[in-house]
Amino acid sequence: MKLSRLNIYLRLFQLLLLLALIAIWHIASRSIQAAFFIGEPLIVFSRLVDWLYIECDVYIHLGVTLLETLLAFVIGTTSGLLFGLWLGLSPRTALVLDPFIKAINSMPRVILAPIFCVWFGLGIWSKVALAITLVFFIVFFNVYQGVKEVSPVILANAKMLGANSRQLLRYVYLPSATSWVFSSLHTAVGLAFVGAVVGEYLGSARGVGYLILQAEGTFDINSVIAGIILLTICALILDGLVGVVEKKLLIWQPKLSQTEKI
Amino acid sequence: MLNQVNQYSLELKDVSCAFATHGIEDSYIAVKDISLQIKEGEFVSIVGPTGCGKSTLLNVAAGLLEPSKGQILSFDKPLKGINSRAGYMFQSDALMPWCNARDNVAMGLKFRKFSAKELNEMTEEWLRRVGMNGFGDRYPHQLSGGMRKRIALAQTLALDPDIILMDEPFSALDIQTRQLMENEVLALCSGNATKPGKSILFITHDLDEAIAMSDRVLILSAGPGSKIIGEFNIDLPKPRDVAEIRNQPRFYELYQAIWTLLRNEVLKSYELQKQANKYNGPGV
Repeated sequence: MKLSRLNIYLRLFQLLLLLALIAIWHIASRSIQAAFFIGEPLIVFSRLVDWLYIECDVYIHLGVTLLETLLAFVIGTTSGLLFGLWLGLSPRTALVLDPFIKAINSMPRVILAPIFCVWFGLGIWSKVALAITLVFFIVFFNVYQGVKEVSPVILANAKMLGANSRQLLRYVYLPSATSWVFSSLHTAVGLAFVGAVVGEYLGSARGVGYLILQAEGTFDINSVIAGIILLTICALILDGLVGVVEKKLLIWQPKLSQTEKI
Repeated sequence: MLNQVNQYSLELKDVSCAFATHGIEDSYIAVKDISLQIKEGEFVSIVGPTGCGKSTLLNVAAGLLEPSKGQILSFDKPLKGINSRAGYMFQSDALMPWCNARDNVAMGLKFRKFSAKELNEMTEEWLRRVGMNGFGDRYPHQLSGGMRKRIALAQTLALDPDIILMDEPFSALDIQTRQLMENEVLALCSGNATKPGKSILFITHDLDEAIAMSDRVLILSAGPGSKIIGEFNIDLPKPRDVAEIRNQPRFYELYQAIWTLLRNEVLKSYELQKQANKYNGPGV
């Protein structure tokens, strides 16, 4: 695909805006008092280089955080999908469970972190559990909605073509719910990260959240910002990966402009 | 051989359908005491004003809807659940948007556990028969309305059903595409020396279409509580070309006869709608 002129300009402006923001940050941090609160871009940058290339000690923390995120993402998404399908297909169970689901969903679930620490210890699983509670509901509600909104005509057609209930699930409900799942996956990736980092922040011995907490303890604002930047980049990469998979799997969906360049 | 004489592909006996209407005490009776029979290889059309319960009848015959009263027989067996000897062509798009044309045609075959080789051969054959070979890899949204109908037709016919139920399948198509499709349906569903044709129950509000394609046309009265109020044998020669048959004098005679009966019902249903609009504000 060739980048159009407009696209190049767009990227150029975005880059300029980023550089401008960093420049303002840099100028503002010339005053020592301000630098204490907002850090200094050059030191933040050198901290990142230090972590990633010179001392190479950040990888173990980053690895732990990413592992937690991925585990929570996979387990949360799968369970949300299965649970959503189940409740979507058995309305009676859904009616019974409805108030419970509403209650759990409206509860500020980050507060569960201490309980998970008691249950699962200070290792990765307490963080995974916290992140799962965040991811699960996003995916669950989307799949539930998706199953309920399957086109009745397509359903009737599949039945007339002789589909049994298992085939209906496999060939109608699942693919129909997929598009709803993907619309929730971008949010889910972000929340898996939030769960993992917040969990680490509240009590851990490893992970980027732990690193940030340590830096904060010594008022090392530059390391805190470096950690935040690191997390942001990782989250962006994961989100991009979801986008790539989405493009592959949802190839059947019509795009706004369908003409192709000859 | 004797029992074959009496055998109908589809028989509705005193079928009534009532629907519970929200907020209103009485349920809405869509169709009332309808009996009809379709012989093997017969093409029967039902015409009637809008809202007369045509689609309801078709859903009952398909086994998608259980009648409030009455019995449905398919090849002398009482119908339980989905009518497995029937194929259904829906009015709106019923193709699975997440499957390409080929997989859509193969869908019914897949459900019936054909071997992969048989499945591929039959799918390609049906794509070819509806003139869609070369479009197998396209997704429904990449096809025109007429093409989607062809795929739907192949999807239904690939299972070789004995009965085909059609619910205004071509109402969304332009007139030229429509006539092409009508001819195609007639060609694909008519029998030959070795095999009887398909039994077809065709729902339409287009009288031209009904007369041009059918062996028999049934007229349904305006709802609620629609009944069959007329039956016409279409004695036009076969095979037919739906575009040319309209020029025959006999076509015109039949049209006049049926329209005289139908017009009153159309007017009645229009009056009913106007009254309903008066109470409920303008309809959308």
